[in-house]
Amino acid sequence: MQRMVIQRIWIGLATLWVVSVMVFIMTAALPGDVAAIVLGQSATPESLAAYRAERGLDQPLVFQYFGWLGSLMTGDLGISKAGGATISSLIAGRLYNTMLLAAIVAVISVPVSVMLGLLAAMYPGTWIDRVLTFGTLSLISVPEFFIATFMVLILAVKLQWLPAIANISGDETYLELLRGLAMPLITLIIVVAAQMIRMTRAGILNVMNSPYIEMAILKGVRRNRIILRHAFFNTIGPIVNVIALNLAYLVSGVVIVETIFAYPGLAKLMIDGVQTRDLPLVQACAMIFCGTYVVLIILADVAAILANPRLRNPK
Amino acid sequence: MSELFEIDNLQIQARKEDGTPIPIVKGVSFKVKAGQVVALIGESGSGKSTISLATMAYCRPGLEFPGGEVRLHGKDVLSMEPQDQRNLRGNNVAYLAQSAAATFNPAITIGEQVTEAAVLHGVLTQDEADKRAVALYHALELPEPARLGRRYPHQVSGGQLQRLMAAMALVSGPDLLVLDEPTTALDVTTQIEVLKAFKKVIREEGSAAIYVTHDLAVVAQVADHIVVLYSGEIQEQGPVDLIINNPTHPYTKRLMAAVKPTPKAGMGEDLDQQHSRVVPNIEVKNMTAGYGGIVNGKPAITVLRDINVKIKNSHVVGVIGESGCGKSTLARVIAGLLPAAKGEIFLDGKQLQADLKNRMSEELQKVQFVYQMADTALNPRQLIGEILGRPIEFYRGIKGAARREEVAALLRLVELPVEFESRYPSELSGGQKQRVNLARALAANPEVVLCDEVTSALDSIVSSNIIILLKKLRDKTGVSFVFISHDLSTVGSFADEIVVLYAGRVVEQGPVDEVLAPPYHPYTRLLISSVPELRVGWLEDTMQKREMAVGIARGVEITDSGCPFFNRCPIAIDGTCDVDTAPIREPSPEHYIACHRTIEEIAEIEAAPQQVLHGFEVAAPEGDKAAKPH
Repeated sequence: MQRMVIQRIWIGLATLWVVSVMVFIMTAALPGDVAAIVLGQSATPESLAAYRAERGLDQPLVFQYFGWLGSLMTGDLGISKAGGATISSLIAGRLYNTMLLAAIVAVISVPVSVMLGLLAAMYPGTWIDRVLTFGTLSLISVPEFFIATFMVLILAVKLQWLPAIANISGDETYLELLRGLAMPLITLIIVVAAQMIRMTRAGILNVMNSPYIEMAILKGVRRNRIILRHAFFNTIGPIVNVIALNLAYLVSGVVIVETIFAYPGLAKLMIDGVQTRDLPLVQACAMIFCGTYVVLIILADVAAILANPRLRNPK
Repeated sequence: MSELFEIDNLQIQARKEDGTPIPIVKGVSFKVKAGQVVALIGESGSGKSTISLATMAYCRPGLEFPGGEVRLHGKDVLSMEPQDQRNLRGNNVAYLAQSAAATFNPAITIGEQVTEAAVLHGVLTQDEADKRAVALYHALELPEPARLGRRYPHQVSGGQLQRLMAAMALVSGPDLLVLDEPTTALDVTTQIEVLKAFKKVIREEGSAAIYVTHDLAVVAQVADHIVVLYSGEIQEQGPVDLIINNPTHPYTKRLMAAVKPTPKAGMGEDLDQQHSRVVPNIEVKNMTAGYGGIVNGKPAITVLRDINVKIKNSHVVGVIGESGCGKSTLARVIAGLLPAAKGEIFLDGKQLQADLKNRMSEELQKVQFVYQMADTALNPRQLIGEILGRPIEFYRGIKGAARREEVAALLRLVELPVEFESRYPSELSGGQKQRVNLARALAANPEVVLCDEVTSALDSIVSSNIIILLKKLRDKTGVSFVFISHDLSTVGSFADEIVVLYAGRVVEQGPVDEVLAPPYHPYTRLLISSVPELRVGWLEDTMQKREMAVGIARGVEITDSGCPFFNRCPIAIDGTCDVDTAPIREPSPEHYIACHRTIEEIAEIEAAPQQVLHGFEVAAPEGDKAAKPH
């Protein structure tokens, strides 16, 4: 089992490396010459050459890549071209905001969705199941910007309960913070919960056709216990994978929600970076997003391995 | 006085899409007295499993009970409240399913699953239930009873799981046990071990039992009373002696006729030698194969070792052995699905590439594979005509009307109506699908067909029809068959030669009449003795034999040195058999036995009166095998 876990970690590292190559190549392939953009109007052929030499931009791409990778590994993310601040200082605050939002959403949505999924599986075909199935299906199919805009319309504009934007600065009280975060939180919880509920329900019902479930019925086990004790543990693998994918989405894919609520998160920072051609910033953000995916998927795989008695207790 | 258990005019039905009922069980009645074992026999589709589940007021989704009563202690269970029905299950009535491997939850420890019913129904506390479970493990002769409960299902063998399921059923002390084909999926040697344990526990616990099976020879060993079912109706019922020795109903007679005879010399037919050529179709030389990376011609996990097998033109070679002996691996190596680590394979005298990918199209064409499960081997979205037509076109380049003609000819060859070409596999019965499966292999016009357990999943009557077909195909087409099976009587009645595999080595091979007559390899002897006979009392007699004393207590283990059969062999020589590779002896031309004992010694022991060899040193302590990490 240890071997399998270590193998997963190696695969994860290899994935990260491949991603770093792709991120680098893609940003390098973006149109526009960095030196020309930075120096702008004042560019002379000499100053351009001097800038390139200073930044190592005249080196072959391979050298540039390894230089970038090397400083990335030592935590040096480079210097932003907009304003010259270090990228780490730019990212730090944004990363905190993103993680805060993602963590609160995860803490609420994961247990609630798994429980609702189990509930739907326990009473298939009843009104609980129908409401949940109908609700999750509609929410999956509605785009998140629609949910977000709709909520702004109702909660902020019509009822005026909550502020329309969540432009937190870090010195609010907890209540203010909570009020500010409320609408992005609700939007994201709705988006990620729908998938997890459906996956839990489908996973459980799939296992319910197994002969060992029929055996449990024939032993006179109650349906609730059959689902919680006999079916759930055999469904953990697929469920944790869906959870991991949804959590990774919370870190990297929430740009629309961040934009609508003007929330100062990492995804928004990356988009800004793209707009200003701030390539080191874009590269750093891309690596953080990919890293999050890889780490979460590794965690999900390890959890699935741990949940499987065949892998946990070899013969 | 009311009976312990009674089924009275039971009816079970399904419904068509438009709501019209389809009767599945049509008014069945029988009784079970305390301490009695009643067998329900019949082929698949006779409703026997459905009836057995009805004892617990349970029916599979889509079925319903329109009428009749199922009375336990005089009370009808079908009309009970769901709450009361649940209290009955696993408490008063307990169920043993066919496949223990599928019936045990892979994520829960054995101990919890075994004790669950008794604890949930409040019969025993968890502590008492654990103690009782350990006592049952002892009674069922399971290894390491004290630690077994903490293991997971995948950590014990199939035969052990089957016995554990008996423990699971017995733990709450049920009045009635329902056993649904509990030994059908097992090897003959494991079957004996499980049957013996069941019989002992049923006797000791004094509970009544309903035993569902299609195997009359097994019924003769365990049942007191037999109920013969066909298409949801009782054909005949009576005491076991009467039904076995004097069946009156024609269907019972048919079932009797399909019982496999004890394997012995002369049960097959003399081979028509006209097809034979000097060069064998397939020759496997010094082949070693296994799984995992290959280093210096040795795979990480060696399964087959130094295999030498010749398959003559138009011959049928039966490959037998218990599960885990490498039978399927041998077929996969010949087909090139699993490249051998060492050794050569020749087709018509020309060496074949080990890997399928490097073989030429006409080499692929000449070696065809037939899988055990026709259900999974045939594409459910293709018409039969397409399934058969594709290999005809691919290998032989026959298209259009000629291809259709060929498909029709193939269907006639396997004795199916030509109209089947426009049907889907799901519209066919199990036996018909297996015929299509065979026809698919023959469509390529092969020289050798590898059949992997093609009759094992079929009922006795259907399976004997498939064997008859195979014989005809061999005579008509001149194709050689490699027939892999764990069923020695089927192989004996059909093969020309037999290869006995044990733990990846050939322990005996030769013409069928030589292999099935003394002198036997001790493993062949064990296999032959383990085939149940249609005779009351056979089980008890067999258990007295010396090969049973050590032979059935252990399973197949692949060893690196010595003879792998060492720890199950009644005539093993300590210090020799476990160390040195067995020499190959040739008692008659082309008949080989790999054994340290000389032919004379084997013959001498064979001739000695049958009795348990007292004082025989058991090679390893009881339960040693299960404790050893693999």
